[in-house]
Amino acid sequence: MQEFAVILVSSILINNFVLVQFLGLCPFMGVSTKLESAIGMSAATTFVLTLTAMASYVVDVLVLMPLGLIYLRTIAFILVIAAVVQFTKMFIEKSSPLLYRVLGVFLPLITTNCAVLGVALQNASKDLNFMQSSLYGFGAGAGFSLVLIFFSAMRERLAAADIPAPFEGAAIAMITAGLMSLAFMGFSGLV
Amino acid sequence: MIETIAQYPIIAALIALVGLGILFGALLGFAAEKFKVEGDPIVEQLDELLPQTQCGQCGFPGCRPYAESIANGDAINKCPPGGQATINAIANLLDVPAPELDAEHGEEADVKTVAYIREDECIGCTKCIQACPVDAILGAAKLMHTVIADECTGCDLCVEPCPVDCIDMLPVKETMKEWHWPAPPTTADLIASDLRPQL
Amino acid sequence: MKTWVTPGGVHPPENKHQSLTLPIGSLPLPEKLLIPLSQHIGTAAKPCVELGSNVLKGQKIAEAAGPVSVPMHAPTSGTITAIEHRPIAHSSGMLAPCIEITSDGRDQWQPHQGIDDYRHASASTLLAAIAEAGIAGMGGAGFPSAVKLNPGRKRPINTLIVNATECEPYITADDSAIRERAAEIIEGIGILSQILGHPENILIGIEDNKPEAIAALEPLVKDSGISLVSFPTKYPSGGEKQLIYILTGEEIPSGGLPADIGMVCVNIGTTYAIKRAIVEGEPLISRVTTMTGEACGINRNYETLIGTMVSHMLEHSQFDEERCSRLVMGGPMMGFSLTSADVPIVKTTNCILAPSHQEIPDDEPAQPCIRCGLCAEACPVSLLPQQLFWYSQAGDQERLEAHNLFDCIECGACSYVCPSNIPLVQHYRHSKGEIQKARAEKVKSDHARQRFEFHQQRMEQAERDKEAKRAARREAAEKAKATAAAKKSDAPSDNKTDAGSAADIIAAAQARAAARKVSPEQQQAKFERSIAGAEMRLQMAEEKLAEADDTQTDEQRNILVAAVEAARQKLEQARGRLAEHLKQHNGEQVD
Repeated sequence: MQEFAVILVSSILINNFVLVQFLGLCPFMGVSTKLESAIGMSAATTFVLTLTAMASYVVDVLVLMPLGLIYLRTIAFILVIAAVVQFTKMFIEKSSPLLYRVLGVFLPLITTNCAVLGVALQNASKDLNFMQSSLYGFGAGAGFSLVLIFFSAMRERLAAADIPAPFEGAAIAMITAGLMSLAFMGFSGLV
Repeated sequence: MIETIAQYPIIAALIALVGLGILFGALLGFAAEKFKVEGDPIVEQLDELLPQTQCGQCGFPGCRPYAESIANGDAINKCPPGGQATINAIANLLDVPAPELDAEHGEEADVKTVAYIREDECIGCTKCIQACPVDAILGAAKLMHTVIADECTGCDLCVEPCPVDCIDMLPVKETMKEWHWPAPPTTADLIASDLRPQL
Repeated sequence: MKTWVTPGGVHPPENKHQSLTLPIGSLPLPEKLLIPLSQHIGTAAKPCVELGSNVLKGQKIAEAAGPVSVPMHAPTSGTITAIEHRPIAHSSGMLAPCIEITSDGRDQWQPHQGIDDYRHASASTLLAAIAEAGIAGMGGAGFPSAVKLNPGRKRPINTLIVNATECEPYITADDSAIRERAAEIIEGIGILSQILGHPENILIGIEDNKPEAIAALEPLVKDSGISLVSFPTKYPSGGEKQLIYILTGEEIPSGGLPADIGMVCVNIGTTYAIKRAIVEGEPLISRVTTMTGEACGINRNYETLIGTMVSHMLEHSQFDEERCSRLVMGGPMMGFSLTSADVPIVKTTNCILAPSHQEIPDDEPAQPCIRCGLCAEACPVSLLPQQLFWYSQAGDQERLEAHNLFDCIECGACSYVCPSNIPLVQHYRHSKGEIQKARAEKVKSDHARQRFEFHQQRMEQAERDKEAKRAARREAAEKAKATAAAKKSDAPSDNKTDAGSAADIIAAAQARAAARKVSPEQQQAKFERSIAGAEMRLQMAEEKLAEADDTQTDEQRNILVAAVEAARQKLEQARGRLAEHLKQHNGEQVD
């Protein structure tokens, strides 16, 4: 039980995928202009991350390791990720066309989200069991969601505020992200 | 069996990847059938935002064709009667940046105009009646034509067809009912040395 | 009695003592009175007098137009000298329809009397009398009182609240009215209670900065069923929603009315006017207005005739234009600046404020928002003025509505406390206007879309009908060809028979023509009609030529002459045809 708590705290706060490990920055910057789309994106990414963690564990243990194909991890995991993302895309298109339209190109881009591949490879390299892998994947998604939602709420306020012209748009967003990352450094050494 | 295959790494790799590919392909194919989606509701939502003057200034024969074109990726800044407000609303819906109105398609009018037929010169040819997209012109062949001002959207389509050029676009006068408070100057317009502006 | 405390609120300096040193006075009769036709919420009244007609004091000069409207009455006797658009006290600076009366100096009342046995009159009789008297809410909103006091059977009223709060600084109109007319006001409350079916609770809400008024009312409300509730002074306690909360602890739901929770709130000045209308039969033609501010030598309350020009008031109050920083109609928090003093007092004008530069200095320019949050502390409706400001600047209508922009009562408490001097209320008013404009445009565009879709359907239907007709015609033509070919193939193909068949066809055609032929009398009548027509056309052409002689050029005259010739020739032809027909017809008959 405590082990699961440790994994969760570690993946959500201490080793936060976006602000500490600097993975998954593309959707972090791209889908954070509006709170509604950020919530939708974080839900989609969490779903993909959890599913991918589970599926990649299965592939790793049942196909790659017995056949001694550990060097094929990257390719095989990408295959898994692409399939899962495609599945997610179809699911979202059916259930919420507006979210699908809002996420636009960023939905298929979850495939290239390094956080997703990162989770899969880290699970494999750390030799975690199935429960631990899925929890790590879910924790990664939760951490990503947390940070994305905070960031998009801040960006919305920034959009309405008096920003000096040279800083408007991406510049102030980057500065804000940097400050958030600084803040999350405070969690290091917690566990 | 697995041990046998493991002895030949290249075959093993091939089998593994091809096998995985087929498996996931099958899964996705099944999912594609199950989650099939028809139609495109985004066109409805875009059409709701457009001003419905059906004027054709965007280059399309009406507002709905333009909405369909936007859904297919067309630029969103082609509508002068909608103006910047409409561009912003569409940008908000599609979550894309809001560009300025494309001057090629016309300029946003300051005042709303309404068509007016000079009755002395009207010859009763019904060409303007056929041109009006919202049936705002009352009349029949060889009888007087007149514009129903409340229904006129100011789209301008009746002015061209008139053979005696008797249609004017008159500005609508703002009454106290439509008057609204103007915006006070924003605080961003102030710099430190302007604390006491000379009025 | 228990009172509740509203959130937020501010305590600006009251400055009420200046105008309370003298009793309610009256101004000399003005020469001209300008009565705007819309002094209330609802449709503007319609004039029912003519230019130049003489009217008596209290005579109706404009009818109520529609269910939410009030009539207007002449404030003094005189002549109607204008019914046109004139400048009125409105921030837009636009003109509005008004009736101008030039007084004859006699100030003669028209015969009038109240309802004799009003205590036994029905609610509808009383409401009709109030409507006839042109009474609208005099606290500032101007809602027609007869409509407010008639919320309908679905909303039974259990609480009547009389608003004697007058929370805004400088204004003392209600205060002085209570001091001098307390008995009449209590009688007015009795009438209101009767109209509303004797609600369980009748409360007079008054702030504790009016001890004299409280003292005037206290003996009269003892054992009367009316509760006089005084509560600590705070701006803005006088707003309807705020007062109801202070006295009862109940909140009106957003976008709702007091009647939705069984309450009616009436201003104390309106109560007095209702009493005068029912008991004395006097329409609403005057009201107590406070004239105050350091730029005026005399600060006091006046019983002002509706339609009195502000310049007239200032003239008789030792107004010093140099000293005056700006002229305000209303109080310093919710009033608005007048650009000219040549505008009339209306039914909702409770104060004319002429402050000196020290009293109310010129506006400091607005500085950037420092996000201090004082505005949120001051808001009596518990809104987030800072967020509303930022979204208003960004034009984000969705977020503005999500932050309840339309619940803002525009009291000005937030602007009062803002350390950066940001005119917050002006931003909110602008945004409210923008949102209302956008809503109106949406309605219009939806309507236009409907019409366009119907237009398209109609066009498509017309096309389909045309196609159907074309197809039917084609079919008929083919059938005809087929039968003709069949006939040809039946008979032996021979020149003679061809000619014969041709002759057959001609004969058939002639037979049809003969069958269709009209009787000789009808044909004669037809010819006579065409002659008459030709004669008329000739006459018109000749007239045109005669008219045109001086004004036209030679070319045009030639055209007209040619036209006359042509008409004459046609007439000749028509006459010829009739003559021939008669000859033929008579010839036949003879034969």
